[in-house]
Amino acid sequence: MYDIAIIGAGIAGSYVARELARYQLNVVLIDGENDVANQITKANSAIVHAGYDAVPGKKKGLFNAPGNIMYEKVCRDLGVPFKRTGSLVVAHTEREMMTLQRLYQRGVMNGVPDMRIVFQDEVHEMEENLAPDICGALYAGTAGLVSPYELGIKVAENAVDNGVELKLNHLVTNIAKKDDGTFKIETTEEDIEAKYVVNAAGVYADDIYKMVGDPYFKILARRGVYFIFDKEIGDLVHNVIFPCPTKNGKGILVSPTVHGNLLIGPDAMPVEKGDIDTTQDRLDYIKANALKNCPELEHYFNKIIRSYAGTRNTPVADTYTTTSGDFIIEESPVKNFVNFAGYESPGLTSAPASATYCVEDVILPMLERDGVHVEENKDFNPKTRPHIIFNQLSDEDKKKAIEKDPRYGKIICRCESITEAEIVDVINRNVGATTVRGVTKRCRPGAGRCQGGFCQPRVVEILARELGCDMEDIMYDAKDKGYILSGKTKNQ
Amino acid sequence: MYDIIVIGGGPAGLAAAVEAKKEGVDNILILERDRELGGILNQCIHNGFGLHTFKEQLTGPEYAGRYIDMAMDLKIPYKLNTMVLDMERKDDDTKVVHAINEEDGYMALEAKAVILTMGCRERTAGAIGIPGFRPAGVFTAGTAQRFINMEGYMTGKEVVILGSGDIGLIMARRMTLEGAHVKCVCEIMPYSNGLTRNIVQCLDDFNIPLKLSHTITFIHGKDRVEAVDVTQVDENLKPIPGTTETIPCDTLLLSVGLIPENEISRGAGVEIDRRTQGPSISELCETNLPGVFAAGNVVHVHDLVDFVSQEAALAGKGAARYVKGHLEEDINFTTVNGDGIGNVVPEKITVANLDDSVNCYMRVRKVSTDTVINCYIGDEKIATKKARKFVPAEMVNFKIKKSDLEKYHDGELKFVVEPKEA
Amino acid sequence: MKKEMVCISCPMGCHLTVEGEGDNWTVTGNSCKNGERYGIQEMTDPRRILPTTVVIKGAMISRLPVKTAQEIPKGKLFDAMDELSKVVVEAPVKVGDVVLKNVCDTGIDVIATKTMPAV
Repeated sequence: MYDIAIIGAGIAGSYVARELARYQLNVVLIDGENDVANQITKANSAIVHAGYDAVPGKKKGLFNAPGNIMYEKVCRDLGVPFKRTGSLVVAHTEREMMTLQRLYQRGVMNGVPDMRIVFQDEVHEMEENLAPDICGALYAGTAGLVSPYELGIKVAENAVDNGVELKLNHLVTNIAKKDDGTFKIETTEEDIEAKYVVNAAGVYADDIYKMVGDPYFKILARRGVYFIFDKEIGDLVHNVIFPCPTKNGKGILVSPTVHGNLLIGPDAMPVEKGDIDTTQDRLDYIKANALKNCPELEHYFNKIIRSYAGTRNTPVADTYTTTSGDFIIEESPVKNFVNFAGYESPGLTSAPASATYCVEDVILPMLERDGVHVEENKDFNPKTRPHIIFNQLSDEDKKKAIEKDPRYGKIICRCESITEAEIVDVINRNVGATTVRGVTKRCRPGAGRCQGGFCQPRVVEILARELGCDMEDIMYDAKDKGYILSGKTKNQ
Repeated sequence: MYDIIVIGGGPAGLAAAVEAKKEGVDNILILERDRELGGILNQCIHNGFGLHTFKEQLTGPEYAGRYIDMAMDLKIPYKLNTMVLDMERKDDDTKVVHAINEEDGYMALEAKAVILTMGCRERTAGAIGIPGFRPAGVFTAGTAQRFINMEGYMTGKEVVILGSGDIGLIMARRMTLEGAHVKCVCEIMPYSNGLTRNIVQCLDDFNIPLKLSHTITFIHGKDRVEAVDVTQVDENLKPIPGTTETIPCDTLLLSVGLIPENEISRGAGVEIDRRTQGPSISELCETNLPGVFAAGNVVHVHDLVDFVSQEAALAGKGAARYVKGHLEEDINFTTVNGDGIGNVVPEKITVANLDDSVNCYMRVRKVSTDTVINCYIGDEKIATKKARKFVPAEMVNFKIKKSDLEKYHDGELKFVVEPKEA
Repeated sequence: MKKEMVCISCPMGCHLTVEGEGDNWTVTGNSCKNGERYGIQEMTDPRRILPTTVVIKGAMISRLPVKTAQEIPKGKLFDAMDELSKVVVEAPVKVGDVVLKNVCDTGIDVIATKTMPAV
């Protein structure tokens, strides 16, 4: 019997697990996927928002700006790339300039530092490749870029380092509340028993909750399509460029990425849960809208290296449910069952602050109410084992790294200059990579311009060697169904 | 300090090194990133290489083997498993190549001249942005080729191939012979980008349909490819509604083009020709940086390795002359692509460096018969290239005599496809 | 018998029509003598080089590239693949070494196309 079971190992669930690991609690983190951070956390805009968008007074407004400030430390502790670039919400008309004023006021109320309205000349001085008709912008200096899946993975790794148990490929099929008030969570692998449950199942959070209680919220999957461009044009813009927001959301942004690429997207199409197909009309829509703010892109569509889609989990109202449009982080009407749901943008940015809130203000008081005495975990280490990124070392340190471990002298991924030692390292850690995509997410082979064309056979070979299996057993992503190789070429 | 460092030990690098050594330069080093010399030819186990160079049909490994033997006979040093990180040119014109491997660790190698022969890479699914999910089972033809020919693993059983480039055609036959069912090859253009002999021997021999003016408009399957939508396109290459056929398969191979790999070149300040996506080079393959040469698929994508070797030998000769101080640097002519021509290499010509002629390599933009390629300086036609047929898939080698160029001191060579005169 | 084919003797790629039987064939659509020769050969005895791999033990990689030393009848390609799938060679191997004699009774040997030292 676990004290607490967390369903969903995305950024929300994993972060709650890590914050719970600060206490002497028996925590299990459950996910149906073959890797952590494999759904919403894997594919989003990767922006650490400043916090002027969120409506003051709501949790979104409460957690965004503080979450942003917390990024510096957590990314340093976990070795996750994070860059404060600043953002510009650009206006093409006087009317849009008025919207900027409103955003600025909201930002002030949410405690967002380093914001100002900048006018035409200054915008174009800051960004030489923006549309000439842009007449002003809201600049926010604290906006930044992060690698969301790397953060999700490292948070989960740190949770496991500190005693949390992780169960992947455990898709929850049913939850039974037993007479003694504890829960039996049925999964595709085994039944898991826990005294408390945290539901952080992303787009499936409403389906999970329906297993124990009457629905009071509903989650809509909204798909967002993105393009990633070659690093060659990674500095086309320096800030995150947002259009002026409308009631439909933040719009199509043009942004550098923390790894030095350029990203455009997303749209926001309501879809079936799990649908992350890209479609031609949506891809065309993204391109057309990105051009409105950054016409220079016209020359660089041949530098696209990947298109992809992700989903957001938007709370919506229907016959049985209402929504305030805010995050749902609370003990549900079902006692000892916590919902961490409707966690859409600015969820990523808010994660450090909301996870702390979820633990300190929701879970611990719940335990205290039930008379459970919770001791601090004195051994909690907030840092993960350092991971050396070879191509960021100085020449002298490169030399030393290879002397210490010759595998740093062997480049596997040419495009991103990733060495064998780095790949071996991300396989051999807690929450280590077991798949080709898992390696890509953790240290980037396959994320560069050749998209794995050269390195995939080598990565498969290294995974097989390190995990002690045959190359045929190595998956691209999903377990069993995501096979890469279909057998040997000879009758041997 | 080396005289010449050659970056890349594939067919271009080997031919360049061999030629430089023959020209009397001793202190040469080849840096190869893979575990053996020979480059991509090692996985190209099919025959058809070397008809021009050796007058026989060799397989890729055999062709590579001949050049490896030449390099070994000439005792040219090389380092394997060695990755060049970057290259810089110092004020005194010394080139410094930063490279790493497991034995030597981190190296800063100095040289008087550098020859860039890194080859090319394949265009990917990401680059062409086929809609759908992004499941396992989508491979570039070259990646599948490596898995199958070198690692001994099949990449699937029911295969659709997009793009009729030569590697795609070769892999259609290869996978068929290994027991896979290749359902069709789709080509968005109204003509194939592969050599005719490959279409006949790789597709027709096995009754594999080649669907011209067809492309893939959707990839089905979440974890592994389950099917692809094949759709006919109009003359503007736009899918025609109502012509889509969903073909079940577990594998999609892409053979949709090759791109010269010039990250090291760009980093060093080498000028890139937007048309070829490779360095602009001279008649002896010198880039805009004195003492930095480039040859083979890193300059422009060739269809025959024989031409790669030929071009690389020029780079070897040029580098040798540079090292000895015999290379003339005064450019007399530039080349330009006129109507019907996609690109021309070399981009610039110094007549004094020519022996008796210069080979200008070019690609036509579309298939034509009853045409010729004319070379003009100003309004004057100085040479004509005849062929029964010009096709984009086959690079044209247009030889221009030194004596013809010497009649003019300088100018622009313009190549134009024109109707054959009656 | 009548068959249409594309000549691969040169880049021209003439569309040939070959008609006839036994020793008596007419080729139309060709632009030169090579086309006629090619067309008749394809009708009477089409042959192909077979390049493939065999299993190799004790080398750096597990597959050795090989080819038939000469063209074999087109109809025997798959039989030859079957026979070759059972061949296992030991490193070292030199380019040109015979890895299988008289494949499918064609009288033609299969030879290594690459030198692979033992490791």
